[in-house]
Amino acid sequence: MMEDKITIKKLNLYYSDFHALHDINVHIQKNEITAFIGPSGCGKSSLLRSLNRMNDLVEGCRIDGSIKLDGTDIYNGDLDVTVLRQRVGMVFQRPNPFPMSVYDNVAYGPRIHGITEKKELDEIVETSLKQAAIWDDLKDRLKKSALGLSGGQQQRLCIARALAVKPEVLLMDEPTSALDPISTSKIEELALELKKNYTIVIVTHNMQQAVRISDKTGFFLLGDLVEFGETDQLFSMPKDERTEKYITGRFG
Amino acid sequence: MSRAKIKDRLMTGIFYAIGWIMLAFLLYLMLTIIFDGLKGFQWDFLGAAGNGIFNQFFNTIYLVFLSLLVSVPIGIGAGVYLAEYAKEGKFLTIFEISIESLSSLPSIVIGLFGYLAFIMWTGMSWNILAGALTISILSIPLITTETNNAIRSLPVEYKEGSLSLGATKSETIRKVLIPAAMPQILTGVIMAAGRGFGEAAALLYTSGQSTYINWQNFWKVISPSSPLNPFRSGETLALHIWAMRTEGALNPSATQIANFTSAVLVVLALLFTLVTRRISDRMRKRNNGGN
Amino acid sequence: MDKVVQKAIAKDKRWRAVYIACGLLIVALTLLMGAFLLYQGSQTFLKAHHSVWEFLFTSDWAPLDKTGMFGGKVGAAIYIVGSLETCLLGLLICLPFAIGSAVFMTEISPKIGEKFFRPATEIYVSIPSVVYGWFGLTKLVPIIRNAFHPKMGGFSVLAASIVLAIMIFPTITTVAADAIKSVPNSYREGAYGLGATRWQVIGKVVLPAASGGILTGVVLGLARAIGEALAVAMVIGMTRSFATSLLSPTSTLTSEIAADMGNTAQGGEYNLALWSMALLLFVISIVLIILIHKLDNGKKEK
Repeated sequence: MMEDKITIKKLNLYYSDFHALHDINVHIQKNEITAFIGPSGCGKSSLLRSLNRMNDLVEGCRIDGSIKLDGTDIYNGDLDVTVLRQRVGMVFQRPNPFPMSVYDNVAYGPRIHGITEKKELDEIVETSLKQAAIWDDLKDRLKKSALGLSGGQQQRLCIARALAVKPEVLLMDEPTSALDPISTSKIEELALELKKNYTIVIVTHNMQQAVRISDKTGFFLLGDLVEFGETDQLFSMPKDERTEKYITGRFG
Repeated sequence: MSRAKIKDRLMTGIFYAIGWIMLAFLLYLMLTIIFDGLKGFQWDFLGAAGNGIFNQFFNTIYLVFLSLLVSVPIGIGAGVYLAEYAKEGKFLTIFEISIESLSSLPSIVIGLFGYLAFIMWTGMSWNILAGALTISILSIPLITTETNNAIRSLPVEYKEGSLSLGATKSETIRKVLIPAAMPQILTGVIMAAGRGFGEAAALLYTSGQSTYINWQNFWKVISPSSPLNPFRSGETLALHIWAMRTEGALNPSATQIANFTSAVLVVLALLFTLVTRRISDRMRKRNNGGN
Repeated sequence: MDKVVQKAIAKDKRWRAVYIACGLLIVALTLLMGAFLLYQGSQTFLKAHHSVWEFLFTSDWAPLDKTGMFGGKVGAAIYIVGSLETCLLGLLICLPFAIGSAVFMTEISPKIGEKFFRPATEIYVSIPSVVYGWFGLTKLVPIIRNAFHPKMGGFSVLAASIVLAIMIFPTITTVAADAIKSVPNSYREGAYGLGATRWQVIGKVVLPAASGGILTGVVLGLARAIGEALAVAMVIGMTRSFATSLLSPTSTLTSEIAADMGNTAQGGEYNLALWSMALLLFVISIVLIILIHKLDNGKKEK
């Protein structure tokens, strides 16, 4: 048995009075893609956003239970939130490049984390863009505004931006929901490529996407983790009746 | 036709009339002011001696510049506080009322506060710096409000994107949010500058109504006659009009000078309005155009 | 922990302190302003032992103008009445135009409204008040003089009111237009559905629904009018007597302060009385500002 990258234990999450996640237990393994699926409002995004504490931004959000990254609890102060977020990167539903040049977008993270030397930055920008398979598209327009790129390019730029701070885990919150089919398949290929070096957790409303790229899948419903297991198994022989109903499209 | 319909026609006519009257009146106002200004124009109005208003023009720019040095950082800082740090509660209410007070108190009241604080209690005589500080009290709320609105209207994804890379909140604010909000913040700064240009009542008892400048001393900042000395008294364009009214008897050209000064101020006001419009139009286009 | 991280966290705390300090500074400035004016303005009553009643409700104005000498008369009623009558008359003149324009630019012709009227109101706002005053002095006063031949020339309550009306016009128009715009379309559709004409919709549905917002605009306009100093001072005539008619001159709080604050002996009774007038202006403005705040909040809660 491989060691967990992230261990979620008895996690409960509340938004003020609303109990959004109930007693969640998940083991996320290194160099795998773990997918969270379920109808909207089931809590899958909330869980994802707990993993790098983006939920801290939401007023009234409260958590108990534990989330451990390589055995260190991420909520009890041993790990500063900025360090956590550097180690656990995130790609959002809507591509969100900053209103600055392509280069400055990718260099943003490294600069924040104290890298000032031009040569080093150049290198990081190049490798990150290459890793995100967009270097060839963008190498001649590094100084142009990132807002001029197409949606698919923007999303890959955002992945490059996340990779530039050398994270260990990459969280993807429905990364293709705003993209066309061609861009979507490019992002999926990219995810498969990236899992060699990174641990990936992806939230998707697209079950086919989960089947295509993930190793493990968790199915959420109304704040419960109904079922979690090998993706092949979950989709071919679901253990829970509700999972079956969902994957055969009978509700949700 | 029914009575209701006749009345409707009549009222529509009245509304049209009012609308066009107010547009026509503005046109008349601007044209007469500019025309009167040009009618009595003499070349020496442009100079720095005698009847010239160049010194007043310089004083105005210098004073507004000094006031922005104070009001821009504080205004932006307070705007960021309001947008990112303020929490619901008593203090926020007090803060909001303070901002509203600063922006709607009569400028003569603000001017008197400036007189009390920067002149009477420091024992100094009228000076440009006191005027600039007083004007900055008027401009801070404008810049604060614009900054707050600008930051709040940014997509939340900017903030999330930056935080998710491990940036701290203040890094996010300084490196992503403020730059992204800059065009709108700039609108606030220009509006503040415009207000400073036309303000007179707040300067009446702070920056003084006289100017003694020796342009030869330009770089000798400590010399009392150096244009750059912030501790000399300095009359602005707007105050000059006020002064010309009272000095009318002493100077036969007073009316012409004031007419010309009014024209200059109106043209400046027009310019400021156009520039702010331009910026906010461009911003709206950028925001609507998406990518 | 990593050095870079520690530095970033420390820096974050420092910046947070800076932003909060800016917020505190603004509150402190406002309170300080109130405190200074309160202190300086109350000396007439504390040091020179005049009663508030005398100051507000009598019109004998003969304060002594020598440092430390008290015993004159400080009845400021002429100025208070002057301020009130010019403001209210200005408001009265302005209202039909402002509301009419607001209706015009939103309900009647939104196209002209957006394209010409909004920029026009912005230009109205941006013209400095001394320029309005100068315009009043050189154009309006002569017109009144030639039309009515009043004894004191054209310097009059009427001239001041018209200048004020022009100055508060853009404020009221903009706020009223925004209020009218925010009336939900369903209201209009409902009334049109019943066969109402446009005027009936505007008069019976839209304006009543927007009345709260329009009131905010009126109070804002009032706040601006009561505090306007130089433009009024240029055309009011500045005589020390009550106005006997619209065409006669008088003085206002602001015109008296603007004219005499610099010429009176510091610490003298005259000077102190002027500071009391400034305090009165401050208090009136604060009351109006709080009223606006209340009106705005009431709107939000609706």
